[in-house]
Amino acid sequence: MAKRFLSGNEAFAEGVRLARPQVISAYPITPQTTCVEALASMVESGALEAEYLHVESEHSALSAAIGASMAGARAFTATSSQGLLYMAECLVYASGGLYPIVMMNACRSTALPWNIYCDQRDSLLLADSGWIQAYAASAQEALDLALMSFAIAESPEVATPFMVCLDGFTLTHTYESVEVPESAQADAFLPPYKTENRFDFENPKNLAFSAGPETNYLFKHQEQQGMLNALKAVPQTEARFAQIFGRAYPGLTEGYLLEGAEYVLITLGTVTGIAQKTASDLRAEGFAAGVLRLRYFRPFPSQEIAKALRQVKAAAVIERDVSFGATGAVHQSVCAALQQQGITTRVSCVIAGLGGADISEDDLRGVFADLAAGRHETRFAGIRERRDER
Amino acid sequence: MSKPRLHEGFSLKPEAIPFAPVYEAGFLTRKNGVWRSERPALVPERCNGCLLCALCCPDGAVKATADGKVEFDEDFCKGCGLCARACRRGALTMEKEPCHG
Repeated sequence: MAKRFLSGNEAFAEGVRLARPQVISAYPITPQTTCVEALASMVESGALEAEYLHVESEHSALSAAIGASMAGARAFTATSSQGLLYMAECLVYASGGLYPIVMMNACRSTALPWNIYCDQRDSLLLADSGWIQAYAASAQEALDLALMSFAIAESPEVATPFMVCLDGFTLTHTYESVEVPESAQADAFLPPYKTENRFDFENPKNLAFSAGPETNYLFKHQEQQGMLNALKAVPQTEARFAQIFGRAYPGLTEGYLLEGAEYVLITLGTVTGIAQKTASDLRAEGFAAGVLRLRYFRPFPSQEIAKALRQVKAAAVIERDVSFGATGAVHQSVCAALQQQGITTRVSCVIAGLGGADISEDDLRGVFADLAAGRHETRFAGIRERRDER
Repeated sequence: MSKPRLHEGFSLKPEAIPFAPVYEAGFLTRKNGVWRSERPALVPERCNGCLLCALCCPDGAVKATADGKVEFDEDFCKGCGLCARACRRGALTMEKEPCHG
């Protein structure tokens, strides 16, 4: 296993190379571009044996990947922001057909105003599209998720496409030292994709048929079961990954200083780093802070969240998203999970880091202070003064 | 020309749906003529059985009868009217479909 100095995009591309996809179809978009450029170079040099399709749009990128998956190939694509939204129609085709395509999404704000920097309004908008969603918080985790995503998506009991989300620039373009596994290890972890759910000359099939009102729900139920099966497949795959590669992952969520925590921040993606630093500093000052990071957003880790928040006094979601007229997608899912399980811990929603805005330790200390003071209303970080106008 | 046909044994039950919306090829899973607003009607004395209408039918819903004329498969005819336009002898007219129940 070699250590290399890689950006998040480059690390992810190394993970994809090791997964040996047979078809890659992609259209470049900032901040995803350097990932697909790296893959194109690998195909050009022969380091990766794959069909690389230069398509004319994101809609075509995913359409081509679906076609490849329908032919039984392991398929990969990558996009970001407006590109992901342009793909939206195809996302539901992939999930409805149970085609286990893997896509990297570089999380980026959505227009207007035009903005190329990080928030999670793109991927969270498509949380209901039937794709597994995992959010990496380091380049190493990005590489490892590239491998694990194929294994989870392709397991027959899951059979669900998988979107790996990397925060734009904060993760895609920052560099760190990354362990790049050997091909032999990756091959032992991830055998070639085999499925009956494919086009086949010897056994002709009617692919993608219609299902009317009397049967449609049966297929949607099947899709839901596959997604829910990922709740088990994720920790099982991580255990197998740890055996082969020696790196362990904590399942669908990652707790930090949760033992004895009274006030907890809930995070998704790279904001976790500064949240953990803030909690650690506050602990040293005698304030019982903790952080619960959601590594997966779909399937939603309801049980893990309920367990983590059962005993705490209050929690806040640091939300790089806003669902206009409501709160944020993460906040709504967290609240629903707690309510379903009869847990009354108050959870507030702080909308922060939109369009690449920095989230500072001071911001997060302010959130902890609000929680301790019993202030729970939804607010935009940095627009505190407007709270009184409502 | 291949005619549309239903798979006799096909039914979708919660305990036995196929893995993904995929099934054996060569069959339809349901009749699909129900949205027709017009249907072709034959004027038998003008029909010479040339079957041009059958060649033009996009759904394979025109059948030749034993007496050298044609009839229509109401389970799959969409009422598009191409057969009536194609007929050179004026043997087909399009009639309003009776009200659907």
